[in-house]
Amino acid sequence: MSTQSKTRSRSVLSVIKTFALWELLQGLRLTLRNLFVKKITIQYPEEKTPQSARFRGLHALRRYPNGEERCIACKLCEAVCPALAITIDSDERPDGSRRTTRYDIDLFKCIYCGFCEEACPVDAIVETRLFEYHMEEPGQNIMTKDKLLAIGDKYDAEISADKAADARYR
Amino acid sequence: MLETWLQIFVPAVFAGAVITTIQIVMLLVVLIVCVAFLTLFERKVIGYMQNRIGPNRVGPRGLLQPFADVIKLLLKEVIVPADSNRFLFIVAPLITLVPAFAAWAVIPLFPGFVIADINAGLLYLLALTSLAVYGVILAGWASNSKYALLGAMRSAAQIIAYEIAMGFALVGVLMASKSLNLGDIVAAQQGGIFSWFWLPLFPLFIVFFISGVAETNRAPFDVAEGESEIVAGFHVEYSGAAFAMFFLAEYANMILIAALTAVMFLGGWESPFAGWESLADTPLGFIVAPGFFWLAFKTCGFLFCFLWFRATFPRYRYDQIMRLGWKIFIPVTIVWIFVEALMWWQKIGPWSV
Repeated sequence: MSTQSKTRSRSVLSVIKTFALWELLQGLRLTLRNLFVKKITIQYPEEKTPQSARFRGLHALRRYPNGEERCIACKLCEAVCPALAITIDSDERPDGSRRTTRYDIDLFKCIYCGFCEEACPVDAIVETRLFEYHMEEPGQNIMTKDKLLAIGDKYDAEISADKAADARYR
Repeated sequence: MLETWLQIFVPAVFAGAVITTIQIVMLLVVLIVCVAFLTLFERKVIGYMQNRIGPNRVGPRGLLQPFADVIKLLLKEVIVPADSNRFLFIVAPLITLVPAFAAWAVIPLFPGFVIADINAGLLYLLALTSLAVYGVILAGWASNSKYALLGAMRSAAQIIAYEIAMGFALVGVLMASKSLNLGDIVAAQQGGIFSWFWLPLFPLFIVFFISGVAETNRAPFDVAEGESEIVAGFHVEYSGAAFAMFFLAEYANMILIAALTAVMFLGGWESPFAGWESLADTPLGFIVAPGFFWLAFKTCGFLFCFLWFRATFPRYRYDQIMRLGWKIFIPVTIVWIFVEALMWWQKIGPWSV
């Protein structure tokens, strides 16, 4: 077969395919097949997707088992924070140790990168698995030291377990 | 029964009018409910094709979603833009809505029943389906908005292009049935699935349905709305109940086109198994008998196709739409009308008797 007649037969074939709506029918077949495929929707409030132990959600400040707060006001987290979301003031406590007097995280600025957690030499600031939180009033976006410590106390078991699970990769 | 009841209350002169009015109201109510559930069905089907499950929160399996949507739309404010033509702005949605409903008057719903049994039914339909575009154009113009005007112009050009192909496709039906009356057209397709017009008029059937999709401004021919290009096209400025009316008209038009395709090419209320006399006395006898059931079934099939197309195809570019309408559909229909003439001459297909 000469090249000319080959291209002609190919173009005849393509005209036939065009008028038979061949490619459109292939597209329709694809969508029709998906109509019967098992649906992957997760019914959110009732069902939830699995979470990693490394999930980066709401922040928390942790304590040692004896109740002493871990944070020593080294301000590494403040320095590393790319969004400048952390503000720390520190002072000497009556017992002579250095501790924070103010530890604020602005949740509107925070980008949940987890650098603060990585920078912390004493594993004080962590990001928990909590992601279902909201603010109702202006100002509630500032996580104060008290709020952060309260979250740390409340979810201590979960945070410790997640830290332990991730320890060998750090 | 209804007539005897009416004789007690109204003079005989008005009885006919009262009966027709009752029929119209019943048809309208059924249609509006159908439109409501069609919106839900659309969201469900498209969701399923995208591996989602669609609305499922309002009522069991989302069945009350349409009512939630309607209540939301009706409670919203109708904003009339400043510097718009107030009268036309309000009237435009009505102009799109009314023909979509009025066209139902001539559609034979089940054997021996049609609201208006007029002989020029096909002409009436052509006139009314082209009237709907006036609403779109007026809406685009009266809104005094760039996007709305662009949408209206696109819609006008598109509808002119596809109206012709649609008209030619109907000429083919007309030649096969030798009547403009829709009841006669259905009657001419008597017999099983192979005596319907889709077989001898197959290209016209495809062209008619695709033109119908274009005529209703549905995806993939929805350049008049084209949300990614011109926001919402002709109804950018509409809100609340006025917007709901456009919505209602669009879906009512979809049902109309689906029913028309069923009537013209798939034998309307005829059963596909007509002629299988051996089945008639068995429990399966009902599938041999003609009835409203078959029209509804076929209409639903075409409606599913509307949604299926929307879930499958990306929007045509404007020049592609024009090319398809003018350079492909119109020649195809003209050629097939010629082929039909040859078939008539040689007494093949529907002309063999």
